[in-house]
Amino acid sequence: MLRYVLQRLVSLCLSLLVASAVIFLALEIVPGDPAAYMLGLNAQEDTLAALRDELGLNGTALQRYGSWLSGMLHGDFGISYTYRTPVAEMIGDRLWVSLPLALFALGLSCLIAFPAALWAASRRGTLGELGVMGMTQLGIAIPNFWFAMLMVLIFAVNLRWFPAGGFAGWEEGLFAGLKSLTLPAVALALPQASILTRVMRSALLDTLGEDFIRTARAKGLTRGQALRRHALRNAMIPVLTIIGLQFSFLLAGAIIIENVFFLPGLGRLVFQAISARDLIVVESVVMLLVFAVILVNFTVDLAYAWVDPRLRGRR
Amino acid sequence: MRRNLILGTGLSAMFAGAALLSFFWVPFDIGALDIANKIKPPSGAHWLGTDHFGRDILSMIMVGGRTSIAVALVAVGIGMGLGVPLGLAAAVQRGGWLDEGIMRANDLIFAFPSLLIAIMITAVFGASAVNAIIAIGIFNIPVFARLTRGAALGLWTRDFVLAARVAGKGAVRISCEHILPNLVNLLIVQGTIQFSLGILAEAGLSYVGLGAQPPVPSWGRMLADSQTMISFAPHMALSPGLAILLTVLGLNLMGDGLRDLLDPRLQRGQR
Amino acid sequence: MTCVRNWGLAGVLALAGISAQAQGDIVVGLQLEPPHLDPTSAAAGAIDQVVYANVFEGLTRFDPDGSVGPGLAESWDISEDGLVYSFHLRSGVRFHDGTELDAKDVRFTLDRARDDTSQNAQKALFAGIETVKVIDPLTVQVTLKAPDGSFLFNMAWGDAVIVAPESIGEIKHKPVGTGAFMFDDWVQGDRIELVKYAGYWGEPARLDHVTFKFISDPTAAFAAVMAEDVDAFPGFPAPENLPQFEADPRFQVLVGSTEGETILSINNKLAPLDDVRVRRAITHAIDRKSVIDGAMFGLGTPIGTHFAPHHPDYVDLTSQSAYAPELARQLLTEAGYADGFTITLKLPPPSYARRGGEIIAAQLRSVGIETEVTNLEWAQWLEQVFRGHDFGLTIISHTEPFDIDIYARPEYYFQYDSAAFQALMAALKAEADPEKRSDLLVQAQKMIADDYVNAYLFQLAIPTVANARLRGLWRDAPTQATDLTAVYWDK
Repeated sequence: MLRYVLQRLVSLCLSLLVASAVIFLALEIVPGDPAAYMLGLNAQEDTLAALRDELGLNGTALQRYGSWLSGMLHGDFGISYTYRTPVAEMIGDRLWVSLPLALFALGLSCLIAFPAALWAASRRGTLGELGVMGMTQLGIAIPNFWFAMLMVLIFAVNLRWFPAGGFAGWEEGLFAGLKSLTLPAVALALPQASILTRVMRSALLDTLGEDFIRTARAKGLTRGQALRRHALRNAMIPVLTIIGLQFSFLLAGAIIIENVFFLPGLGRLVFQAISARDLIVVESVVMLLVFAVILVNFTVDLAYAWVDPRLRGRR
Repeated sequence: MRRNLILGTGLSAMFAGAALLSFFWVPFDIGALDIANKIKPPSGAHWLGTDHFGRDILSMIMVGGRTSIAVALVAVGIGMGLGVPLGLAAAVQRGGWLDEGIMRANDLIFAFPSLLIAIMITAVFGASAVNAIIAIGIFNIPVFARLTRGAALGLWTRDFVLAARVAGKGAVRISCEHILPNLVNLLIVQGTIQFSLGILAEAGLSYVGLGAQPPVPSWGRMLADSQTMISFAPHMALSPGLAILLTVLGLNLMGDGLRDLLDPRLQRGQR
Repeated sequence: MTCVRNWGLAGVLALAGISAQAQGDIVVGLQLEPPHLDPTSAAAGAIDQVVYANVFEGLTRFDPDGSVGPGLAESWDISEDGLVYSFHLRSGVRFHDGTELDAKDVRFTLDRARDDTSQNAQKALFAGIETVKVIDPLTVQVTLKAPDGSFLFNMAWGDAVIVAPESIGEIKHKPVGTGAFMFDDWVQGDRIELVKYAGYWGEPARLDHVTFKFISDPTAAFAAVMAEDVDAFPGFPAPENLPQFEADPRFQVLVGSTEGETILSINNKLAPLDDVRVRRAITHAIDRKSVIDGAMFGLGTPIGTHFAPHHPDYVDLTSQSAYAPELARQLLTEAGYADGFTITLKLPPPSYARRGGEIIAAQLRSVGIETEVTNLEWAQWLEQVFRGHDFGLTIISHTEPFDIDIYARPEYYFQYDSAAFQALMAALKAEADPEKRSDLLVQAQKMIADDYVNAYLFQLAIPTVANARLRGLWRDAPTQATDLTAVYWDK
């Protein structure tokens, strides 16, 4: 087991190194001079040079890559070109929006998916199951930004139950914070819940065919009881895998929804930073997200190996 | 479950047919703007109304469907064209350096948040339909590579493959002649699903302005254009949204139906 | 469960608290968030929109009608030869950190702006300064290299506000000025908050607390105003929504003028656009009314030259480039392009450019000119179009006030190189007599219209949507500013 962990750890570090090189190289060729962007139409050449110098844009690519990498190892992500504040601080601020949003959406997704899947699996062949499965098909097919637009129109502009967007800030109280995250979380959760429902239902139905369920049924448990008491636990492995994947997706994949609701989250930070050519911010946030995904995968791998020793030898 | 297949194929065929028809005929020319007639609700002449430039929305949806379908189709093509050979190659020697390398590269691509990378690609090369295709295509490669490898590994242990090996056929020949034909059903099913995901992805990218550029219409940009007008002209936002929803729904249903039809073993409780 | 209920109660109380103190508070929506808060070292108009007149003040200042009046300088004397300006500062002016404003601060500000390592985006404003001398704590003497009729005007710009050496190090994040509001807090990506400065030298502000909320997306802006999450939105980004606000008694809509001449810029050095007949054909192919209706939903005044219609010397030359597609085709044939040609059209992000571009592309197509449309981010536009001159056509609003002199710069991105026009501008700069200046300006407007340098579309209008009870907001935008010093809530 230790050998396996070490092996995976080395490969994790290698992946991170490759990822950092890819990100840095990709952004090296982004056209557009950050200094020219910041100084605008009437900037003079010497003014531009002064600013480039201050931003540290004059070193060679290798030097800049090196300092970026070594900085990150110390938790120093550099200074934003446009905002002139430490990138780490900015990311920290944004995480207070993105992380709760991702968790909120994930929670909603589970809250919808678990009962729906259990219900559908226990009423196999009924109209009810057909209804649930039809809804999940719709949930997967609906573009979430369109769904978000419709929700803003109905719940924010017309009914005025929720703010149309923006983030109240946690210092305004938990309630106000959650209120501003509700519509975005619903928009994000809908497709995720649909996928989760489908995966979970299939997993439940698979285990229902297994011998131990038959035994349980033979002992007089109803189909629903057998599902809840025995099948659920066994169906959790694929479900947890999907939840893990969805979490890292939600962390990074909320860009469009963050834009619809103008939430100051990580996604919008990157989006703005790209158009402002604040490359150091783009590099660092993308790196952080990649790190998060790789870490989640690593944990999932370890968890599997722990559960099922046969997996240790191979992938 | 034939009902899924029929409903799904019907929906997909309707939108594909409308897109094809638009090459020869549309109700109104979408190149000619008619500002005086802008934002008109549905009427006898304009079944779905007109947009903010006075263009016929039905015609826009027909032509926009070409963009969505073409982008998604080529992206899936890229994913299959590169992913399947890579998956086949990886399966030849399980755990070998090639397998390891390909699978590691796959993991790496999966680790990148796809939308962010798409945005970065367009930041580097500019926004265009081609770059949207590349961005979506890249993330299709590991999907197909993984799927192909997984299924091919199973096939390599089967008797008919062993027989071919004994007969002295090389790995490349076996992969092409014996493994690949057995994967076709699986690939068609996955291809349909990736196709529907591609349509959603294209809509998302052009919604944020990174897909096909004007004057080429696209569903995502129609939604973006309609966004500020949704409160007084909901017809502008409803039709493109429904077009995306129904196309994706149709493709997903078709994929499910095909899976049941082509490979009973894959049914997994789908009845 | 009780815990949840308590949180809910706290939320309700917080909401109640907000409405109770609403009379002294305001939430202002703005489309662009400033990158930092130093107006003297970046071009971003977004900085001025937050801090100009609110936090920072200059020697002179722009008044709501665009005229230049006294700011921190109470008065000034100009020497006979027009070279020496003596500014008399107001007494008792204190920066927000409590330090007193004196002549040394003014010298520091002007020297810093014209220094070799200066990052001032409008360095040209200070280029004419020869020396800055401190006469006594309240008097500064500025000597110019040559007489300049626009020096007082230049000193009113946001790039020329007075800063203090004591607080310059932190200025980008903790701006310290002399204005009626003090900087309080900045939640990046979301909002900036200002509070009333009790020690202000002039008429105190009537608001206690100001929140600038940054909402770049037009839909989100609409939703935020409709839901009354923001009280005022100057430069509201979606003109299509204005009729709804006008019809709603909760809101008022102010439509003001700006200094933004919105033009279809033509690369005058690129064939076939170097042929005046081709440029003329382009102007006749464009129907300004369609562009204004389609892109701006009717907001904007047609212009026929590069000059603001509200300026007293403006001449209406729109008929010279009236919509005449037949004439356009005929001109193209004369120039040898009977079958038309293909040209690039590169569009920056604002919706006047993106929407206007689609309309103009369709109009050009109908006379045989095909366009390759590319949407660019600002950074790409600056690099490719503005600095790289790699474009055929582009749409842009020139928002700097009184900027017809850009046509005298042959290296400027549209590359109009006319010795006659350059001579005209030189004459204008040396001329002090108002009558003759006016005459020269009319000549200049006509000359660029006659040469069909660019296709002049419309003067950009600025709509402000606000709560119906708000008073004292600026209607026009002579400079990029959101002056809240005189704003108050009507009972």
